[in-house]
Amino acid sequence: MFGLVDCNNFFASCERVFRPDLAHKPIVVLSNNDGCVIARSNEAKALNIPMGAPAYQYKEVFDKYNVTLFSCNFALYGDLSNRIMNILRTHCFRMEQYSIDEAFLDFSGCKIEGVGLKIKTQVLKWTGVPVSVGFAPTKTLAKLANRIAKKFPKETEGVYVIDSQEKLIKALKWLKIEDVWGIGRKSSNKLRALNITKAYDFTLLEDNWIKANMSVVGLRIKQELLGKSVLDFQELEPRKNISVTRTFDKNYTKFEELRERIANFAANCSEKLRNQHSCCHSVLVFINTNYHRKELDQYNQSIIVNIPFETNSTIEIVHHALVGLKRIFKSGFEYKRAGVILMNFSPDTSQQLSLFGGRNIKHISLMKTVDKINASLGNQKLRLGVQDTNRIWKMKQEKLSPNYTTNIADIITIKAKS
Amino acid sequence: MIEISIAKSNVNMTLPLQEGISAGFPSPATDFMGLEIDLNRDLVLHPEATYYGRVSGESMKGAGIDDGDLLVIDKSLEAVHGKIAVCFLDGEFTLKRINIKQDGVWLVPENDKYEAIHCGEENNLIIWGIVTHIIKKV
Repeated sequence: MFGLVDCNNFFASCERVFRPDLAHKPIVVLSNNDGCVIARSNEAKALNIPMGAPAYQYKEVFDKYNVTLFSCNFALYGDLSNRIMNILRTHCFRMEQYSIDEAFLDFSGCKIEGVGLKIKTQVLKWTGVPVSVGFAPTKTLAKLANRIAKKFPKETEGVYVIDSQEKLIKALKWLKIEDVWGIGRKSSNKLRALNITKAYDFTLLEDNWIKANMSVVGLRIKQELLGKSVLDFQELEPRKNISVTRTFDKNYTKFEELRERIANFAANCSEKLRNQHSCCHSVLVFINTNYHRKELDQYNQSIIVNIPFETNSTIEIVHHALVGLKRIFKSGFEYKRAGVILMNFSPDTSQQLSLFGGRNIKHISLMKTVDKINASLGNQKLRLGVQDTNRIWKMKQEKLSPNYTTNIADIITIKAKS
Repeated sequence: MIEISIAKSNVNMTLPLQEGISAGFPSPATDFMGLEIDLNRDLVLHPEATYYGRVSGESMKGAGIDDGDLLVIDKSLEAVHGKIAVCFLDGEFTLKRINIKQDGVWLVPENDKYEAIHCGEENNLIIWGIVTHIIKKV
């Protein structure tokens, strides 16, 4: 048996942990720069506020129904996620963290009776975050069982097990084709056009047809849906690329402004790269004008800069990112969005020594020191001169909650006055 | 930009054992190397369920809790009679001792100036966590 544990409305639930007064009230969490809705409590969902809704378009709804807004606070969500994952690890012998708020648990050869409820109760009590649990013979079906648990909280009490043929068929006939794990929008549109609307219909398709139209990936999904486990259990793998991209709160026209942003993004990526003990070989830089402002001149360009050696040094990566920016930057445009993506990774341990112009070995210990200082003094206390020189840019976070669990200056205040 | 970080402190309060000079007879202390006092380990029984809070006010003076003290709060513990709890009452966190009597739950301050509160269903009381340690600056 596989288990899938998924937090309910994770970001919104995290905000509620330290604000018990917001129980049963509508909450939304906004993306970087307070742009769009990225999480909603059930009460906010009931107000028909869609995922991804631009915040400014829903201002009236927010005001009318007293919706509490939060800027996203990833320090808080990351900390609560770590706590939850650590709790889950104690319940099984193998775990695959799938995202910040969900994980697969391996229960091969174990009894699962009562386990789901135990997990749910413990996570809620220890962290304050509600979760749903699904159990099934394959990962794809565990996803489905979890969806059922979440959709019918009253009937399932947040835990659902697919452990009989009868339950399996019933679940497959209920699941919409576009909601099957692994079937993308393109495939589901194609299948819908053929009147295949439910997961059950999909399992009736011939193997040959699936293979021809959706490759082996589709075939694997069919086997998984029929209860034959073919997807591997993946314990954490380092990521294959790292990116930082942002939409700006205003338009930038000057090279210096973009240079500061790109340097900052590249420095951020480099730090993440060192965190997972990788080096990169290429860095992609892109700049975009505002797509939605058709009346303005449009210019979108990206460039991949191949670094002649492998590195994870902030200095070297920022340097190459700026070389790329210089190549693609054109004046006379109003830039709204930009980003840096690091690619072509290799493990930090397998350093190839290049005879000419290899990476600067001195940077390795320098970066270690920089990371250590930044870890103890706070984010980016030590940075390159090109970053944030005139404090041009600051993320718009008007509704940011305190870092209750990661900053001692932000811990809750407990009144002893009554 | 925000980086995800872990609440657990990576700076341990340690009192290292001193290693002897290794000339001649091997130090019998080597068997005990690596043992150290770690306050995180000893004060935080359930790291995943532990949170910190700052006291504001004097109503728990009798229990030795003063204004500005740092509280170690464990959410995993049960709210049993006699424990000091962080309660959520009327829109704010408040510190009380739990007193369970025949007629229900009483939240009791430890300062003569304040009165105990009887908690019925109408109060919407949430016991948010149990205080396990008080850390104060001397």
